[in-house]
Amino acid sequence: MFDYDKYLRLEMFPHIWCPGCGCGIVMKSLIRAIDRLGLQKDDVCMVSGIGCSSRLTGYVDFNTLHTTHGRPIAFATGVKLAKPSLSVIVVTGDGDALAIGGNHFIHAARRNMDLTVLLFNNATYGMTGGQLAPTTPTGKVASTARQGSIDPPFDACRLATAAGATYVARGTSYHTQQLDRLIEGGIKHKGFALVEILENCNTYYGRPNKIGLLDLLQWEKGNTVNTKAAERMTPEQLEGKILTGLLHESDRQEYVAQYENLVTRARAKTGATA
Amino acid sequence: MSVQPKPPVVKLLQGNEACAEAAIAAGCRFFGGYPISPSSEIAEHMSVRMPQVGGRFIQMEDEIAAMGCILGAAMTGAKAMTATSGPGYSLKQENIGYAIMAEIPCVIVNVMRGGPSTGLPTMPAQADVMQARWGTHGDHPAVALVPASVREVYDETIRAFNISERYRIPVTLLVDEIIAHMRERIVIPDQSEITLWERPRPTVPPDQYLPYGETPSGVPPMADFGTGYRYHVTGLYHDARGLPKDSPDIVDALQRRLMRKIEMGLHEIQKYEQLSLALKDARLGIVAYGSSARSAKAAVRLARAKGIPVGLLRPVTIWPFPEGPVEDLAKRMRHILVVEMNLGQVALEVERVVHGLCPVHRVNRVTGEPIPPEQILEKIEELARS
Repeated sequence: MFDYDKYLRLEMFPHIWCPGCGCGIVMKSLIRAIDRLGLQKDDVCMVSGIGCSSRLTGYVDFNTLHTTHGRPIAFATGVKLAKPSLSVIVVTGDGDALAIGGNHFIHAARRNMDLTVLLFNNATYGMTGGQLAPTTPTGKVASTARQGSIDPPFDACRLATAAGATYVARGTSYHTQQLDRLIEGGIKHKGFALVEILENCNTYYGRPNKIGLLDLLQWEKGNTVNTKAAERMTPEQLEGKILTGLLHESDRQEYVAQYENLVTRARAKTGATA
Repeated sequence: MSVQPKPPVVKLLQGNEACAEAAIAAGCRFFGGYPISPSSEIAEHMSVRMPQVGGRFIQMEDEIAAMGCILGAAMTGAKAMTATSGPGYSLKQENIGYAIMAEIPCVIVNVMRGGPSTGLPTMPAQADVMQARWGTHGDHPAVALVPASVREVYDETIRAFNISERYRIPVTLLVDEIIAHMRERIVIPDQSEITLWERPRPTVPPDQYLPYGETPSGVPPMADFGTGYRYHVTGLYHDARGLPKDSPDIVDALQRRLMRKIEMGLHEIQKYEQLSLALKDARLGIVAYGSSARSAKAAVRLARAKGIPVGLLRPVTIWPFPEGPVEDLAKRMRHILVVEMNLGQVALEVERVVHGLCPVHRVNRVTGEPIPPEQILEKIEELARS
């Protein structure tokens, strides 16, 4: 039986998440991945923004930094550059990372700094009551789009890949075994890693759209296709389906390592001995 | 064998350059910045010097990210700095508030230019003083320093780091564009002459550590991330462990401790200079800071040469406001004259503190030009005649 308590701040429980919330599922997957990697708790720094998923950092026993809305990646950049020995994991939401935090998301991917960004995508701003998000599917209802959204949604993985991310993966709160592997791979990856996680907000996305919790999870199961299965499917069969798995992986110079080289060269030039 | 005294190091430095060099002398090893006139020289200088001293430099994608990344770096134990001007200082306010709430040491240099908005990108003003006090939302303390010479930029940059470390608070260095861009010959103090303050670090084992607990000074010890002390840092109201809590007694206690720790440090945070005020005959007191104080000093000399008994109180620490010295001034003076390159921001504070004890007048210039001594002298003579 896996010992989650070892990684939790039990004094923070009961948590604030709703019954049925996908955040709990993903948190456990994250903990299992960290455990499998054998990371020491003191060597992990988890940085979050503002939102339901960002509350995760309060519940886990690591070096945790719960920052301002949209900005965890900027704070995390400072942590990693100043202390590269830390494994820096960013926990963020779709609004946090792609709306207000979009600029930081793009540039961290561009730099290919060794960060792991877990983007909890529930297609809404859950914490504040279900407002429209940059990932809300067109036509769906939100508290600021009661007539149904006319906005097209973002594809976070395509965005990250185009910006330069070298490990881009998508998982769901339904496919937890796959999620464990994707998160583990993202943390292990030396460079900017994005793991987008489709997860269920039954209270503020599901209910207004008349989708029950089980239906939300069934949707994740029925509307996603992993990359291996997709190879065997026709374009017609893939129509309307969302790809999951490791979508993109490439090898590019990691930012902090490059900067350390720059420092070494600069110090050699000035004749510094230490 | 006798030890030869080191010859003094004398350099012709630009204010911005002096700021960067002083930061390094203060132990700064992380700079996160973004280009903006008239502060870009600081970032440019740091981009070269940080690697040379084993530090880290990064130009971030925007001002908000620059502020965020220095806070992340500070959590790992680094002394961290950023530099900007008005528009960038406005953008940074949310994260400055975060640093105040989470008690993260850092230095923010605001090279003041004409505002509001894009204003005058390359010309001076002193109009961000109130913003340095209240720029970020909520009730909070603030520390801001205003140097008036290149040597003072050097000294005050070091003092900014010292105060930010000891009191776990972001410190703003308000350098108006004139001081930032002027070049002066300064004697660089030897490293052995510089006293550095470090943030208090825990003296108890991790299981007893309280990152936001009560202490006699009001400043809790701050552990570096990754050294065995795992804790939570948040901008939400929190308890002694750093965990989010919004019960009324905890909110009230934290709010008041944040203010109290600065009040208790006033004796060493406060700094001001007095010129000719010690002389018993001064009847007119000028309050001026930054480059305006230099014009005011010249005006004082011109006035005294004409037999007008005038003195100058020059705040170097502008926040917390020097209430004591201004109160003393009000008790002795017939008039107080506040000279600044804005429409009267410090004047409002002086009026508040003086509380009607004596009349408070203003000499303001908001044209993007320095205040000429003659403009100040004219007002002095007018008041002397009345």
